[in-house]
Amino acid sequence: MSIELRGIHKAFGPKRVLTGVDLDVREGETMAIIGYSGTGKSVLLKTVVGLLEPDRGTVDVDGERVGEMTHEELTVLRRRIGYVFQFAALFDSMTIAENVAMGLARMPDVGRDEIDERVARSLAAVGLEGYGDRLPSELSGGQKKRAGLARAIAIRPKYLLYDEPTTGLDPVTTTVIDELIRKMDEELGVTSVVITHDMTSAGRIADRIAMLYDGTIRWVGTPDEMAATDDRVVRAFVEGRPDLAEEAA
Amino acid sequence: MEAATYRRGSESRQGGPHPPRLPRLPGRPGARPAARRARTRPSGWTAISGAGYDQTVKRILMDSTAWLGRSATDVAGGFGRFGAFAARAGRSLPDTRTWLRLLGEQMTRIGVDSLPIGVFIATFTGIVLALQASYTFTGAVPLYFVGALVQKTMIMELGPVLVGLALAGRVGANIAAEIGSMRVTEQIDALETLAYNPYAYLVVPRLIAGTLMFPVVVAFADVTGILAGWVTALNLLDMTSAEFVKGLRLFFEPFDVRFSLIKASSFGFAVAAIGCYFGFHTRGGAEGVGKATTSAVVVSSMVILVLDAFWAAALL
Repeated sequence: MSIELRGIHKAFGPKRVLTGVDLDVREGETMAIIGYSGTGKSVLLKTVVGLLEPDRGTVDVDGERVGEMTHEELTVLRRRIGYVFQFAALFDSMTIAENVAMGLARMPDVGRDEIDERVARSLAAVGLEGYGDRLPSELSGGQKKRAGLARAIAIRPKYLLYDEPTTGLDPVTTTVIDELIRKMDEELGVTSVVITHDMTSAGRIADRIAMLYDGTIRWVGTPDEMAATDDRVVRAFVEGRPDLAEEAA
Repeated sequence: MEAATYRRGSESRQGGPHPPRLPRLPGRPGARPAARRARTRPSGWTAISGAGYDQTVKRILMDSTAWLGRSATDVAGGFGRFGAFAARAGRSLPDTRTWLRLLGEQMTRIGVDSLPIGVFIATFTGIVLALQASYTFTGAVPLYFVGALVQKTMIMELGPVLVGLALAGRVGANIAAEIGSMRVTEQIDALETLAYNPYAYLVVPRLIAGTLMFPVVVAFADVTGILAGWVTALNLLDMTSAEFVKGLRLFFEPFDVRFSLIKASSFGFAVAAIGCYFGFHTRGGAEGVGKATTSAVVVSSMVILVLDAFWAAALL
C-alpha cells in the first residue's frame, strides 16, 4: 500500500468530523473520495500531507508514519506529493511562472535552467503555454485550477492530491480538468487521490471510489460496483435522491 | 426596609416585550399617585423588590463571574498561543535560505515606504511643540528653552510613540491583512505543501524588517520634528538660530538618541509580531481578515503604549 490511513479521528472543538477512517490507496491507482459537503473530505486529505494532525489514528505514506516525522522528514515527504487546492491557492503577488517555480526552488540539485525548462513543460502539459507572465488575477477559474495543477506536477511528484478540482467550473472545463487528471495518471504514473462530490467526474477519473459518510468510510469499490450497489446511502448520493438519504438515515 | 431596584418595564413582565405605554394626561382617571410616581423612574422603569431583587443580584454576580472567567481564559489562551507562535518563529531563524532573500523587500515596504508618513507626522508635531512651548514659557522661562523642549520631547517621546502608533496602523494592518488573506485562501497551506516553512517565509523577514526599520523611520522623524520646530521658531516666534540651538544643546544627551531608537526598535518588533500573529490565526473569509486587521492595529497600539511606559521605567 502506498497510502494507509488507520482509525483517523479529528474534531474541531465540539464538532467531531472524522470518527475512525480506515482507507488504503494502492500504488498507481486513482482513488476518488466522495461525500456530502462538510463531511471532512478535505480534512482527510490534509492529514496525508501533514497540514492537519489527526487527534487519533495513523497516516503512513510509503511505510513512513507522517505523525512521527521531524520537520526535515516532512519536507522530504512533501517533495514527493503534489497538492492541488480547491481554489488553486496561487500566490497572488507572483506571476504564474513564479508560482509554478516555487516548489522547484526548494528541490536540491535543480538549477535555474532546469527550473525554467520544467516550468515551461508543466504549463504546456496543462495547456497554459504563454500564460507564464500573467498574474493569477488575470486568469479564469478553470485556468487557475490548471495553473495549480501545473505547480503540483512541476516537482514530478509520486502522489497527486486533488481537493475538489472541478468544483465551481462549467461542464466543459470540468471535462478538460478530468482529462488532465487522467493524462497525469497515465503519463506521469502518479498515484492520485481526488476529493470530489461530482459523481460524473468521479466515474470518469477514478479506478476506485470511497464514500466518506458520518465520519467514516462507508463504502469502497470500483465505479461499476458503485453503479450496482444496494447501499442506500451510496445510492442516495449517486442518484441525488434525498428520499433515499432520509430512509437510510 | 424594603429593598428596591429598577429594571426595564419590558423585562419586568412575563411574556416578554410589550408596546410602549401611552403617556398619561394630567388629571386623567387612573393616573398613578404622586408617591408611587416618585419611586418609579420615567420612561418605562418599574420597581422590583424582595426575593426578585436577590435573584437579580445573584444572576448579575454569576454572569459577571462567568464573563470574567471566560475573559481570563481567553487572555491566558491568547498569551499561550502567542508564545507558541513566537517560539516557532524563533526556531525558523536558522532557515536563512528562505528568509534572507525576502528581507530586502520587507525592509523597503515596512521602512522606506513608511518614511513619508513619519516625516509628515514629525513636521507638524515639531511645529506644534515649538508654538506650545513658546506659549507656555512666555514671560516665565527664557525663550531659548523652546529648542530644549522640542529636542527632548521629539527624541524621547513623541517621535517614537507617534510614529509607532501611525505605523501600527500602516504596517500592522498591512501585515495582518496580507497574511490573513493568504491564510483564508490556503496560500499558507500551499507554502507548506511546497516544502516551505511559512514562519521562515512570512514571519521572520517581517519581524527583522520591523525591528531594523522602525528606528530608521523614527530617526528621520526626530530630525524632521526638530527642524520643523527650528523653522517655526525662526519665522513665528522671533527667535534666532543661535537661541534655538542654545536650547537644543542645553539638555542634549547622546543617551536620548539611544533611548529613542531602542523604543522604536521594540515598537517595530511588536507591530510586526502582532500583525503576523493575527494574520496567521485568521479564520473565515473577508470578515475574518477584517477582524484580524482591526485586532492587530488595536493590540499593537496598546502594546506600544505599554512598552513606552516599560522603557521609561527601565531605562530612565
